[in-house]
Amino acid sequence: MSILAEFRLDRPNFLLDIAVEMPGKGVTAIFGKSGSGKTTLLRAIAGLEKEVKGRLSVSGKLWQDEKVFLPVHKRPIGYVFQEASLFPHLDVRKNLEFGYRRRGGRISPEQASEMLGIEPLLSRSTEGLSGGERQRVAIARALLAGPELLLMDEPMASLDRDSKREILPWLEKMKRELEIPVLYVSHSPDEAAALADHLVLIEQGKVQASGPVSELMTRLDLPLAHGEDAESVIMAAIESHDIENHLTTVSFPGGRLHLPYHEIVPGKMVRIRILAKDVSLALDPAQRSSILNILPAKVEEIADDGPGGAMVRLSAGDAKLLSRITRKSVHSLSLAPGMKVHAQIKGIALLK
Amino acid sequence: MNQEDIGAIRLTLELATIVTLLLLLAGTPIAWWLAKSGSRFRNAVGALVALPLVLPPTVLGFYLLLLMGPNGPVGHFTEAMGWGLLPFTFPGLVLASTLYSLPFVVQPIQNSFEAIGRRPMEVAATLGASPFDSFLKIALPLAKPGLVTAAILGFAHTVGEFGVVLMIGGNIPDRTRVISVQIYNHVEALEYAQAHWLAGGMMAFSFIALLILYTFNPAKK
Repeated sequence: MSILAEFRLDRPNFLLDIAVEMPGKGVTAIFGKSGSGKTTLLRAIAGLEKEVKGRLSVSGKLWQDEKVFLPVHKRPIGYVFQEASLFPHLDVRKNLEFGYRRRGGRISPEQASEMLGIEPLLSRSTEGLSGGERQRVAIARALLAGPELLLMDEPMASLDRDSKREILPWLEKMKRELEIPVLYVSHSPDEAAALADHLVLIEQGKVQASGPVSELMTRLDLPLAHGEDAESVIMAAIESHDIENHLTTVSFPGGRLHLPYHEIVPGKMVRIRILAKDVSLALDPAQRSSILNILPAKVEEIADDGPGGAMVRLSAGDAKLLSRITRKSVHSLSLAPGMKVHAQIKGIALLK
Repeated sequence: MNQEDIGAIRLTLELATIVTLLLLLAGTPIAWWLAKSGSRFRNAVGALVALPLVLPPTVLGFYLLLLMGPNGPVGHFTEAMGWGLLPFTFPGLVLASTLYSLPFVVQPIQNSFEAIGRRPMEVAATLGASPFDSFLKIALPLAKPGLVTAAILGFAHTVGEFGVVLMIGGNIPDRTRVISVQIYNHVEALEYAQAHWLAGGMMAFSFIALLILYTFNPAKK
């Protein structure tokens, strides 16, 4: 059960040469700069780029090779475009029913509307909807076409900050409640960190790397693990709540972390995001520190990061962490791969 | 108005109705092809369809007369099918008028199709609609303003034509004598009062047709 894609497109000023295997479950983020070819890859998987030659099989079924080209309308996909692209001559309900009537699926229009919170909009025309509402309708419409694979092309890129905040929880909910594999094109590390299980990095029409999100985001040979916004993602389980101190404790094989209280049942798996710049390193366990979260960790790799800066990759259990410190500190602590350190974590965000 | 005038009005309306229907049927697929095709013949076909815009009607009428006459290929075909020859008949008039008014119908529809862009059709395809299904359920409804404009222009232009009718159809009462030809007859015979009735009626009709067009289909701001 996986998606095998080999695509080639030779255009003046643009070469696409992709060979990648993606998991047939969970969310795979296809990540790259604008113009890198990530949208072309997604469109080729949908069959919307007839000039792209190659081979594509999804869950063992052949969709395209030298002889076969399954037309778009025969591919069991859902596609969410960057702009909602609702049909202007149909109201919200008729938009939702368009694909449902033709292909149908496990989900009913009622379920999809409920899942995306658009029941109050059903009888409305598409004209008066906000950007966030439009995109939610577009997502529900794609889900109702009974997809075995959901393709999303930066569904939040054309939205303002508030609408993005409005959409993200619905996407997370969708991910939890449905078992449809999703390919999610994005150029935002935050979206990838929040949603993706697997990452495919695209650079100038080629696959630069492909792997689990927590690994790729901390690989120092890749651009994601550099700069101000570099971050690591840890999968952890809710362990307990300390109501009195308004804290929640999560645990993972590398240790325990405390973060502001979240009302989630213990045992549930959550994603924790830690920014590299919020992690500092100490050789000795801190005595009487105000920092709540200190993890024993091992230095795996060190790389330069900007003028005077260094990025350190740490392992704590099977989790990877990034720490962005100064090059001066690297020297004064004589940091080197293999050393045991204490990672002092200033800020933690829970992504659900 | 005499009996012949009323016959001419009836014939004109009949001709324009049939021609408009034929134009929509033939013009819509042509417009779709012109709007969407990447063929290298696209510009040539586009220019061919637009020819009646710039040609004098006599030129088109002349060649149609040759094509449909006893020595032309269309003439051979219609005789072989047992339909006789088309010049100086109502069907001949229908054919000539359809060709002559084609650009007035194709261009607004083509513009509408182009304005839709490719996205709605792509969305429809990803939702499981075949190309023909998408054409009927998405492209046609979205092109409705263009189709309405095309129908009004095609109808009004057919009502108003003179040169092609005279070349192909001549002046046979109740068969090919349309209003414009009848006005010509009245003026030739110095029957200005009768000419006024028909000519004034045409003025009013054309004005109302254009008024409807601009009211329901205002130019883009």
